[in-house]
Amino acid sequence: MNRANKLTDEQYENNFEELTPPFTRNSAVSEAFRCLYCFDAPCIRACPTHIDIPTFIKKILTGNPLGSAKTIYESNWLALTCAKACPVDDLCEGACVLNEKGEKPIQIGRLQRYSVEYYLDSGKGNLFNKKSFNGKSVGIIGSGPAGLACGAELSLLGYKVEIYESDKVPGGLNTWGIAPYKTRQYDSLREVELIKNLGVTIHTCVTIGQTISFDELLNRHDAIFIGIGLGESENLDIPGENLKGVSGAVKLIKEIKKEKWSSIDIGRRVAVIGAGNTSIDAATNAKRLGAEEVTIIYRRSENEMPANNFEYELAKSDGIIFKFLTSPIEIIGNSSVEGLRCLKMELGEKDEHGRRKPVPVPNSEFEIPVDMVITALGQKFNAEFLELIPDIKISNRKLLVDTDTYQTGNPKVFAGGDCINGGKEVVNAAYDGKQAAHGIDRFLTNTP
Amino acid sequence: MIDLSTDCGGIKSPNPFWLASAPPSNSAYQNCKAFEAGWGGTVWKTIGGPVMNVCNRYGSLELNREKLVGINNVELISDRNIETNLKEIAETKRLWSDRAVVVSLMVESKKEAWQDIVKRTIDTGADGIELNYGCPHGMSERGMGAAVGQVPEYCKMITEWVTEVSSIPVLVKLTPNVTDIRFPARAVKQANADGIALINTINSIMGIDLDTLKILPSVAGKSSHGGFAGPAVKPIALHMVSQVANDPEVNLPISGVGGISTWRDAAEFILLGSSSVQICTAVMHYGFRIIDDLIEGLTNWMESKGFSTIDEIKGKALNQISDFGNFDLLHKTVARIDQGKCIHCNLCYISCEDAAHQAIDLKKVNGYNETTVKEEECVGCSLCALVCPVDECITMVRVDDESASKTWNELTSEFKDQGKPLTWENLAEFQKKYGIEIH
Ligand SMILES: Cc1cc2nc3c(=O)[nH]c(=O)nc-3n(C[C@H](O)[C@H](O)[C@H](O)COP(=O)(O)OP(=O)(O)OC[C@H]3O[C@@H](n4cnc5c(N)ncnc54)[C@H](O)[C@@H]3O)c2cc1C
Ligand SMILES: Cc1cc2nc3c(=O)[nH]c(=O)nc-3n(C[C@H](O)[C@H](O)[C@H](O)COP(=O)(O)O)c2cc1C
Repeated sequence: MNRANKLTDEQYENNFEELTPPFTRNSAVSEAFRCLYCFDAPCIRACPTHIDIPTFIKKILTGNPLGSAKTIYESNWLALTCAKACPVDDLCEGACVLNEKGEKPIQIGRLQRYSVEYYLDSGKGNLFNKKSFNGKSVGIIGSGPAGLACGAELSLLGYKVEIYESDKVPGGLNTWGIAPYKTRQYDSLREVELIKNLGVTIHTCVTIGQTISFDELLNRHDAIFIGIGLGESENLDIPGENLKGVSGAVKLIKEIKKEKWSSIDIGRRVAVIGAGNTSIDAATNAKRLGAEEVTIIYRRSENEMPANNFEYELAKSDGIIFKFLTSPIEIIGNSSVEGLRCLKMELGEKDEHGRRKPVPVPNSEFEIPVDMVITALGQKFNAEFLELIPDIKISNRKLLVDTDTYQTGNPKVFAGGDCINGGKEVVNAAYDGKQAAHGIDRFLTNTP
Repeated sequence: MIDLSTDCGGIKSPNPFWLASAPPSNSAYQNCKAFEAGWGGTVWKTIGGPVMNVCNRYGSLELNREKLVGINNVELISDRNIETNLKEIAETKRLWSDRAVVVSLMVESKKEAWQDIVKRTIDTGADGIELNYGCPHGMSERGMGAAVGQVPEYCKMITEWVTEVSSIPVLVKLTPNVTDIRFPARAVKQANADGIALINTINSIMGIDLDTLKILPSVAGKSSHGGFAGPAVKPIALHMVSQVANDPEVNLPISGVGGISTWRDAAEFILLGSSSVQICTAVMHYGFRIIDDLIEGLTNWMESKGFSTIDEIKGKALNQISDFGNFDLLHKTVARIDQGKCIHCNLCYISCEDAAHQAIDLKKVNGYNETTVKEEECVGCSLCALVCPVDECITMVRVDDESASKTWNELTSEFKDQGKPLTWENLAEFQKKYGIEIH
């Protein structure tokens, strides 16, 4: 592969420097002062976990940062990752009433980080009292945010909780997926540690379905929670996909989170296929690793692009090139990638979701010279594993659950996170996990 | 474990936070909702004889962008029928036996009137009575409220009528609109009150609308002084609480009121001798939900300081209060600027240069203005540290070697012993001996 020059350690550190630095106490208090302390605030409703945002901000202002952290953790066990990685423009900050006043919204994510890090740095133990052990145990598959949140909540409710994780390191995509300029492995592991301290056991290097069968798990526990997320990036299903220099976005980002940056080979010219948030992560990460030219290829137009505005702006400021209305049809090269053959597209009739369908422009084939292709068309859904579980229902690449209790078709089995929603955000997984814990508790205590 | 429970003159509550007698404690609905949220007690909105309120009762002091730094009101006592109030008080107490339900009273200055309402209040099952000698407007024109609180003899007389017949604790709420708060406090002590609540609101005029020239708040073109409360009055209230707490002739439990919005404010009132604290304006601004942070913040602070009960902190700061004559004249501090933290706003420079002792240098260094303290000129007034917008950028550092101390009282009595009159020359001789130079 025609690979980009390696950078110095200092250059890598600079490139991956965090986007939003922490507040000092002084700046946190100044920002907290701007909050109006709304009642029944829109920001609370916009947060999928419904954190009582005005209250936690008010507590920063009064000099009660521990209490502030407690308010946050009452609603969300993944408060640190969410503070740093949530798409806040689309959620809490987008809903802040100050937007309507024509002012900048409160920097809620940053303030949340302030309180949460204050608490984590303080060395203070558990913020909540645990109910005493009720004799029941729950097995959780997957230690991503959904599994962790479910485990933490169940542990407080008095259950023995065991999480089974196929990876060597727990945390799911919080550890391996979030771009390093938002969170580092260290952040995710701090959160894992907090949850372990509540009494949750995590067995790593255990793949359910391989190391232990699902039936065996059902025997061991009174109920099961599935938080397996999604899998590797989807294939493109075009010729040339096996050439050297083609990688899935999820795999590449995991490498970036795991390995020394200088050990990762990146092409000089990189094409990223797809325009979701993960595509942008892959593109900006590639650029930060030293790629000279990074192009995002998307078959619809700017208007239909699934990436949110924050990510789009970030990509543009990183100098990422966007080729809209372009569809790849073949990756060319001898042993490794040399180029990408594409078709120009135009928007036709609306599909069933009301989005205009891209249709190829006749005779519009062209080639882009690239050294690397990163695929980011969403993640694979692990149907093979799930289909092993009796009575479970799957539809549209989503595991079906009751919206209130998170119970699947199998009464002893509950689920949440990316595997039930098709792939959303950490904050959704955190909410699902917590709610499912209460669904499990209601099921096991026979309370309606 | 932290125990926040408290006893104020025989009135017990699970935490020291009470609603002050004011709009938030107007009805059973409100008081029960507050208890639900976690408040330890309430002082029911003052009940008494027939009154009618007017529209535009409140005015707000807004500083820069901050709303309700202070609130002014011309509201009277409860304008709801007394029967309704008494019924609701009984109902509230029945539902919330573990909380303090105190009833604020104000009637005409007649013995029968006072003794009658006291008896009817006791019949509700309330835990205590608070006598409102504070309302500074309207009621005082009718010879009640501050008209009583401003005359120690009246305070004593009415309190005696009440304590004579009351089987439950009696607190007296004082008006701050007096020259020396200790006099009414001593008067009610002599009349056997069980405790003192202070302060009520301070006489004030909120301001004038410069478009219409109307005084605010305006009642159809007329205005009057109103009672001022809220964060702005806290320092005045703290002082009065400390004066009453430190007065050996009073020696009564105190319920502290005036400008409390956060747990920090509450802690300060308790450190200056309050057994419970009462809050009005902060609830008027944000609602009962502030109790969560009040309780949690106070608890966390006590835990971090190793305190476990309210009694341990009550009055803990009082012994520092002293006369100026006992301050050490040789205690010497100077300002130090942390150049790493400085953001180059130069406010320290201009305040010192124009309004203090010209002890800060301003020099261009690398395109920035660098401010440095000329320590030999610095008088240690701390103005620069107070105007600095950055935390811990300017600190006041003690520079004397702590080997000597001399108070004004000691100095003047030495002068006397040595037969020296107090003259500028003799003072200069003392200053010179200790290297003190006044320019
Ligand atoms: C590249 C990328 C960037 C992202 N960036 C953001 C972002 O900035 N902000 C944001 O909010 N969200 C982001 N997301 C989305 C977010 O990471 C996910 O929504 C969230 O992690 C889903 O949580 P989960 O617990 O459902 O699954 P996951 O986090 O995927 O965790 C699933 C876990 O289950 C384990 N597992 C799977 N099968 C088994 C099995 N059979 N036995 C044992 N263990 C098993 C896996 O190893 C994994 O650890 C990003 C996603 C990606 C892919
Ligand atoms: C609108 C308003 C009405 C009040 N009414 C009463 C009252 O009826 N009886 C009373 O004793 N004090 C009354 N007060 C005074 C308060 O109880 C309290 O002493 C004062 O507001 C200071 O506390 P704060 O700074 O927490 O508001 C009133 C205050 C306000 C602002």
